[in-house]
Amino acid sequence: MIRLEKRKQTSRFWTYVTPILAVVLTMIFGGVLFAILGKDPVLAIKTIFWDPVFGEFAFYYRPEVLKKAAPLILIAIGLSYGFKAGIWNIGAEGQYIIGAICAAGVALAFYPMEGRWFIFPLMIVAGVLGGMIWAMVPALLRVYFKTNEILVSLMLVYVADVLIKAFSIGLMRNPDGHGFPGSRNLNDYSSAANLELIAGTGLHWGVIAAMGVVVASYAILARHQFGFHVRLTGESPRAAGFAGVNANRLIMVCFLISGGLAGVAGMFEVSGPAAQILGSFPSAYGFTAIIVAFLGRLNPIGILLAGLLLALTYVGGGAAETAMNIPSATIQIFQGMLLFVLLSVDVLTNYRLRWAAKAGGV
Amino acid sequence: MSDQLLSLTGLTKAYPGVVANDDVTFAIGKGEVHALLGENGAGKSTLVKMIYGLVKPDSGSMTLNDQPYHPQEPRQARASGVAMVFQHFSLFDAMSVAENIALGMERPPAPRDLAHQIREVSQTYGLPLDPHKTVGGLSAGERQRVEIIRCLLQNPKLLIMDEPTSVLTPQEVEILFKTLRQLKSEGTSILYISHKLDEIRALCDTATILRLGKKVDTCTPAEKSARELAEMMVGTSFPSPQRQDRDLGQVLLSVSGLSVAATDAFGTALRDISFDIRAGEILGIGGVAGNGQDELLTALSGETRAPTGMIKIKGQDIGQWGPNARREVGLLCAPEERLGHAAAPNLSLTENAMMTGAARRGLVSGGLLNWSKARDFAQEIIASFDVRTPGSQNAARSLSGGNLQKFVIGREVLQNPDVLVVNQPTWGVDAAAAAAIRQALLDLANQGAAVIVISQDLDELIEISDRFGALNEGRIEKFVPMAGLSIDEIGLMMGGAGTDV
Repeated sequence: MIRLEKRKQTSRFWTYVTPILAVVLTMIFGGVLFAILGKDPVLAIKTIFWDPVFGEFAFYYRPEVLKKAAPLILIAIGLSYGFKAGIWNIGAEGQYIIGAICAAGVALAFYPMEGRWFIFPLMIVAGVLGGMIWAMVPALLRVYFKTNEILVSLMLVYVADVLIKAFSIGLMRNPDGHGFPGSRNLNDYSSAANLELIAGTGLHWGVIAAMGVVVASYAILARHQFGFHVRLTGESPRAAGFAGVNANRLIMVCFLISGGLAGVAGMFEVSGPAAQILGSFPSAYGFTAIIVAFLGRLNPIGILLAGLLLALTYVGGGAAETAMNIPSATIQIFQGMLLFVLLSVDVLTNYRLRWAAKAGGV
Repeated sequence: MSDQLLSLTGLTKAYPGVVANDDVTFAIGKGEVHALLGENGAGKSTLVKMIYGLVKPDSGSMTLNDQPYHPQEPRQARASGVAMVFQHFSLFDAMSVAENIALGMERPPAPRDLAHQIREVSQTYGLPLDPHKTVGGLSAGERQRVEIIRCLLQNPKLLIMDEPTSVLTPQEVEILFKTLRQLKSEGTSILYISHKLDEIRALCDTATILRLGKKVDTCTPAEKSARELAEMMVGTSFPSPQRQDRDLGQVLLSVSGLSVAATDAFGTALRDISFDIRAGEILGIGGVAGNGQDELLTALSGETRAPTGMIKIKGQDIGQWGPNARREVGLLCAPEERLGHAAAPNLSLTENAMMTGAARRGLVSGGLLNWSKARDFAQEIIASFDVRTPGSQNAARSLSGGNLQKFVIGREVLQNPDVLVVNQPTWGVDAAAAAAIRQALLDLANQGAAVIVISQDLDELIEISDRFGALNEGRIEKFVPMAGLSIDEIGLMMGGAGTDV
């Protein structure tokens, strides 16, 4: 029989190894899943994880990976603060959508005026503020009425979802769109477009912002008092209170950071890859970012790597869908499985396995 | 048939990196009160857990009544007649006494029968207890009675008691001892774990002393002095705290009419507490656990705010200030709960040094943390307070209770406080470490600081404090000079046994 024994200290080794182990196990379980679907498991795994980066058409897929990784990393970094402190913003998806709506609203308000020097930055501000305002709702309710922030933030996702659908067929519908739903294409509006800075690389402003946020976040967590307070609160709320951390203010700040970063991710998405407000706005980044944050151990560098990996599953999954006729839901199952496996093997960081004889004893 | 109830032979249990029990052999006679003595980390708990079936030994054997005994789980141990009263009670506050007792039984009788049985046992053993009372409203002593009665209902042959008197008033201790002596006369054996050496000398027939997992000696405690016992536990001799006469200076902290509402349902509100404390003075605050000790500490530390005008330091009103602002004017605190309040369990000692030392030791400037300075500070604490740990990078929870307590007290003392408030500074700490901590508090007062010691250990308060007051339901009626106060007077001030017997 296997027994779990608590470690005296969190294992450093397993902290770094469990994400890798989780990815490998997920590939194995995923392979079994593909085999059950009657597909060649090895080929499927290769199509998803290998070909987009090293295969024949990598020149097409690599920029796609980067474009998908940017919002995942931005949102996940924002979430990592709250998650470290035990503050559960599950509604980044909603904050991301509202950020996109606000940014697009700014762009559409100025259309067709020229003036990228102020319109584009203003869109960024609008995206950040939109996400922040949406995140403030669960934060304030939690602080003043002790509501559960998990439920409130999650429910607000569905409100945001309804709003973007309403905007795409209502207020923001393209007047020249022949009655089709969806706003103007922001990629065609040079003052608001977030296009590749160097063609064929996938590098747009969102990617640069994501990299900047990774570096800044690393510095804050390692060196700044705020990062220390976040960690202290997560480890032991009472000890944090004793150290002088104002718990309510910390909740608000964590929500502001995650909301702001999710909102700006929405801004870069609506002005770039998505190009318009539409009911089917590329979604689930806000949810997938939760997986990214945990897979990356809530560590900025880890989140960078995990964001790239999850982006790869989107891109590779899409490729496998067309090339091997794999159902599109498979990739979501894959992502869910990854989080599930990660949380399971995470036990190893705080416990060790002991093989003990069941019967007899001494 | 022998006259031995339980005999242990060569019990060994190793955990990763530490041998908790190494070849421990001793026997408990029938109707014997047997003390298990040892420093924190000496392996007392592991040994008891093996007897109670919570932990399985790696090797060695036990016999109970000459039959081989190897319990797989506590249920089996209870079925064999072994019962245990834990140091930390496992009771549900919102349920009644009878309901709590029923929860711990294999086949609880019908509620009415159980209430009847509880009354019967409580009368037989002089442990007054109303089965229908809600546990949340009971004192610590009454809660312990719930646990003891729960054990006695099983008619145990061996009763294990882990630090039973740490939460009791002197009068309650007397009642407990009477009960234990009665049990002994009826042939029940008792395994008694404590670090209060005078109690062991008064109560126990035999003592087994553990040090670093090994049995070092078995003796008759009444024949040894408390000091000899302590030195056997520690393995070396150590100095007793030395107090010297001090001149009192100006009033540093002034508390007037402090009243703070309880923050949670089973907390205690502070009611109209007033005192002044001068430079060089040690104020002892006694009382049974749960009478507002924690609340008083958090009100002084700034974790809960007090209305204006109630707390003044050097004349400045600080009632509305947060913990760090109070630290900056020289008011430092060390809470009772080491892990999870005074220190964050999973963080390193360096990070825990940063926790409260940030402002006064200049570990932060402009929001940026200076980790190398924090490491130096942690190492300074480790060196000057003899904290046994491989290094400042180790997590707080990897330290033994005594070592972590030395670290927590050292962290505050080394910040040169004007006023230091400590709650239970030597709770669960071995004799040598406790002596070192008390000496540090005395030294601090000698240097002109005001020290408030909140403690349930009366010996400690008698040893170091100048004035004494007792917390009772959030009130402190009066402060009186410690010199010349008798144990009985102290007990009456604590108001415990006098009212509920």
